[in-house]
Formats: sequence, C-alpha cells, structure tokens
Amino acid sequence: MNLIRYQEPELATWSPLNRLSSLREEMNRLLDGSLAGFSGSAGLFGGWNPTVDVFQDKDNVLIKAELPGMKKEDIDITFQEGTLTICGERKQESEVKEGEVYRSERFFGKFHRTVSMPTKVDAEKIKASYKDGILSVQLPKAAEAKAKQIDVSVS
Amino acid sequence: MTTHAAPLERQAEQQVSRLPAWEQPNADIREEHDAYVLELEMPGVSKAGIEVTVEQNQLTIVGHRSDAAPQGEVVYQESRRADFRRTFELDPSINAAKIQAKMEQGILRLTLPKAESIKPRKIQVAD
Repeated sequence: MNLIRYQEPELATWSPLNRLSSLREEMNRLLDGSLAGFSGSAGLFGGWNPTVDVFQDKDNVLIKAELPGMKKEDIDITFQEGTLTICGERKQESEVKEGEVYRSERFFGKFHRTVSMPTKVDAEKIKASYKDGILSVQLPKAAEAKAKQIDVSVS
Repeated sequence: MTTHAAPLERQAEQQVSRLPAWEQPNADIREEHDAYVLELEMPGVSKAGIEVTVEQNQLTIVGHRSDAAPQGEVVYQESRRADFRRTFELDPSINAAKIQAKMEQGILRLTLPKAESIKPRKIQVAD
C-alpha cells in the first residue's frame, strides 16, 4: 500500500483571496493618497485642520501632527477617556504691519483635532515633543492592552 | 506584434513609477519696504535638509524631510511623507546675491532684498 501525502489545493501557498485583498488595499492607498491633499489641511471644512498621523507598535501609540511655525506654549494637549485632543492657536507674527501681501496660503488661527486611541494607554506616561514643526506624542500602551505571548506546553 | 508591445509597456511602467513625489509647501509672500519676504511651510524639515538655489531668475527651494516613519503599523495616515519642492520666478529687481534664509520649526523665511537701483531715491534740487 502506498501512503500518498495528499495536499489540499486550498492549503497551497498561493491564495487567490490574499491577492484580492491586497489589490483592495492598494486601491485604498491610492485613493487615500490622492485625496489627502484635498481634505488634509486644505481647510475645505473651514479653518485650519493640521495633518495628523497615527501609528502603533507593540508598546506605544504614536501620533504626529504637522504644526509648523508654532510656539510650544501655544499648543495645548489633553487626554481624557481614551481620546487625545490637540488644540491651539497659531498667531501671526506682528511684523506684518507694513507692506503688501501678494500671496497668503498659510493658515493662522485656532485649530482643534481629536484622536481616539485604538487601545488602552497609560495616561501617566504620555510624552510629547515638538521639533521641526512636527508635534510627536508618544502614548505607552497600558499593560493589559499589550498582546500577551501565550506559551504552548507540550505534554 | 508582441515584440513591439513589451518595450512600450516597460516604458509606460517606468513613467508611472516616476510620478512626481514632491509636495508643494504653502507659501506666504509679502513685500516690505526694501525686501520681499517669502515664508514656506515645511514641517519635518530641519535646517540641514534645505536646499535653496537661484538660477538665472528662478528660485528653487527643496526641503528634505528628516523625520523617519515611525516603526509600527499605520492606524491612520494623512500626511504624504513626500519631500517639498517649489519654484518661484524672481523679478529682476531682486538682488539674488543677498538672499537670506532662516529656518525655524518647519518654517523657512527667505528675505529677498530689492536691488539698490529700484529703491526710490530722493533727488536733491540744486539751487
């Protein structure tokens, strides 16, 4: 009797569904990329809406907001019940007393953005820094929110 | 037929992948008494990442981002993460040799002094 290892076609490495979902991801990325220029900080919805990115790795949630030309004391960050709020005001320098303005594309004034946390974070350990016009906020994940490695015991 | 299609396809693919990857920074331009002031918003660019060049009458500003993409998965991304580039036509009345640049918290301020000959000159009336 021959023992033939029969490999099911579905368990083969090439899965058509994977290809479809990655195609969909590509389409999403394409559309998101082209529309970001319009809806990001273009102020279509009135006023200034700074661009915000949210990343997460296994220990932290990282938020980056593009806020060029601000003073540290004009940025206000608060965290409450799983939501981070970044608001503030960009004041125009007082040098614009004389002279003609030819082009004015930059936004000034108040802005307000809120970000909901994807997981639970430890509010005591939130750190924020402002460099080169980018505000980076690091929110360490709460211990219970981190993925736990489960060991398999073999008996 | 098939021998013609392959190089054309490759050329088209190359052109698509070379789509402009620059973002245009927002600019404020104003004229002051003896200079023009140009302010560009380039978050994520430090002083070392700025290239300002003047060639004939064209001013080109390139800003390379120095913030690396954070490790980890993207939950929500709005930024395009592209470098900045913008060109301006300079009026001949600008003294290109004396352009000054200052970079602070992502804002590049260029001061473009007007050439001496353009400034209004008072002419004394001789007796």
